Amino acid sequence: MTEQGRNERLLVRDIAHARAGDKGNTSNVNIWVYDPRDFELLKRSVTAERIKREFPQLVRGNVTRYVIEHLHGLNLVMTETLEGGVNASLNLDSHGKSWSYLILGLTLDTDEKR
Amino acid sequence: MAKGNGTFRIGTGAGFSADRLDAAVDLATRGELHAMVLECLGERTVAFAHRDRMADPRRGYNALLEHRMRALLPACRRAGTVIITNMGAANPRAAAERTRDVARALGISALKIACIEGDDVTRLVRPDQPFMDEAGTLADSGRPVVGMNAYLGADAIIPALEAGADVVIGGRLADPSMYLAPLMRYHGWQNSDLPKLGAGTLVGHLMECGMQITGGYFADPGVKDVSNLAACGYPIAEVSADGSAVITKLPGTGGCVNEATVKEQLLYEVHDPASYLTPDVTADFSRVTLNDLGKDRVHVSNAAGRARPEKLKVTVGFDAGVLAEAGVSYAGPAAAARGRLAAEIVETRLKESHGISSPVRVDLIGASSLFATAGIARAHSEDVRLHVALRTTEREQAELVLWEVESLLCCGPAGGGGYRGVITPAVETKSILIDRDLVKPTFEILVS
Repeated sequence: MTEQGRNERLLVRDIAHARAGDKGNTSNVNIWVYDPRDFELLKRSVTAERIKREFPQLVRGNVTRYVIEHLHGLNLVMTETLEGGVNASLNLDSHGKSWSYLILGLTLDTDEKR
Repeated sequence: MAKGNGTFRIGTGAGFSADRLDAAVDLATRGELHAMVLECLGERTVAFAHRDRMADPRRGYNALLEHRMRALLPACRRAGTVIITNMGAANPRAAAERTRDVARALGISALKIACIEGDDVTRLVRPDQPFMDEAGTLADSGRPVVGMNAYLGADAIIPALEAGADVVIGGRLADPSMYLAPLMRYHGWQNSDLPKLGAGTLVGHLMECGMQITGGYFADPGVKDVSNLAACGYPIAEVSADGSAVITKLPGTGGCVNEATVKEQLLYEVHDPASYLTPDVTADFSRVTLNDLGKDRVHVSNAAGRARPEKLKVTVGFDAGVLAEAGVSYAGPAAAARGRLAAEIVETRLKESHGISSPVRVDLIGASSLFATAGIARAHSEDVRLHVALRTTEREQAELVLWEVESLLCCGPAGGGGYRGVITPAVETKSILIDRDLVKPTFEILVS
């Protein structure tokens, strides 16, 4: 895909908001669509398999995705994803507070062929 | 704090160790609260508190304790608001004594301050104790233990409330339990009433991070705008006897409470929404319903609960030496290229000239830092900062990191400026699970 083509694609941030939290070396990011009509698109775009595939160096463990249907949200739980945890990581953001924007920065799967 | 059948008003006066104070004073003054909770302890802060206590046996509690109490005690005394806090950290006894001293200095007499102890299990755990979610035992870590604290639940707090405490100070009191305990007492909820314990835990979970539910950790200009965040208000929960609640904040304060802020906090630091483990209950948030009533009021209901976990979680803090961090900046044309050259020089010299083999982290802020491990980088940036970090038990190595980065000013790429370097103590934490029988919380009342 060309750089221009990539920029034209919508980001998760265009349809959803998110928050990241940490416990030990596990990070979780919860993601919620603004408009319930976008929930199917979010579910299609943010899968556990994709997260594992997009960030192989960061996400060393497993990704579990919980779906909260009635509130139109997802909760991604990513083990071994904080470079050792808040007291061991040498990342400036040792809590992974910014991981929410890793997810929000992903492109949406808007392919209508599905 | 009397028992009652109406609505229990509980507020947050701190959601982490360095949280704001002016908004807490405002809430204590105008909030007409039954109780105010100050949650000031995380995995990291408790370990650092143990280090403080080792250095000085009179310390080891939240550094802002006296400041906070001086500001809050008069308003809470006037309003009849009970303060519940884990600011005692590694030294609840000293924290309670300091609070008594502050009360006396303010002329507040007969204030009953309950000191809860028994969370420090350092002497009770054997070296062959396995870790909770990774291989190995305490003995395998090879690092000195600085402290171990079991998470105490509502059952450790309620006796102090029943004894008429005006202020309850503990160490590792579990965050939501500090909210659940006064709710159980006020509404007469029993340990067997699991749905109520789940509901009270939901209230505590939503409230425990303070402004994270009133517009903090939320604003994203253009998509999630928050008004007057500089004067954000702390949250209030109005909790009914059935466990449902309205989350709100004081009129006239900045921030917002809406469905979006509540949703983000609902699953903050939660893994399986149906199994949120606390010392009190296995809370189920998976079917929670939210109803935005407008005007910064959101009704939450339908939390559930199952039996509490059999074992108690314990945070173990280890001495991890020091963290060395040093940086220098580059700007203008080809700044990123000069920054990358600086990074190569530092990495080469630390490894080859000084033989530092432990992992050194080198970031280029402005091009690649927070998301470096995620593989996201910008090749071109005209304003970058080299940031070098090393955690080590050898002080000399830490000092070498600072020296090598500073030496780039004269020996590195062109136009480097703005050197800063700092060495801070480091701790490492891990979790274990222990039998409840080992942990025997006690309380004692001090009177001003």
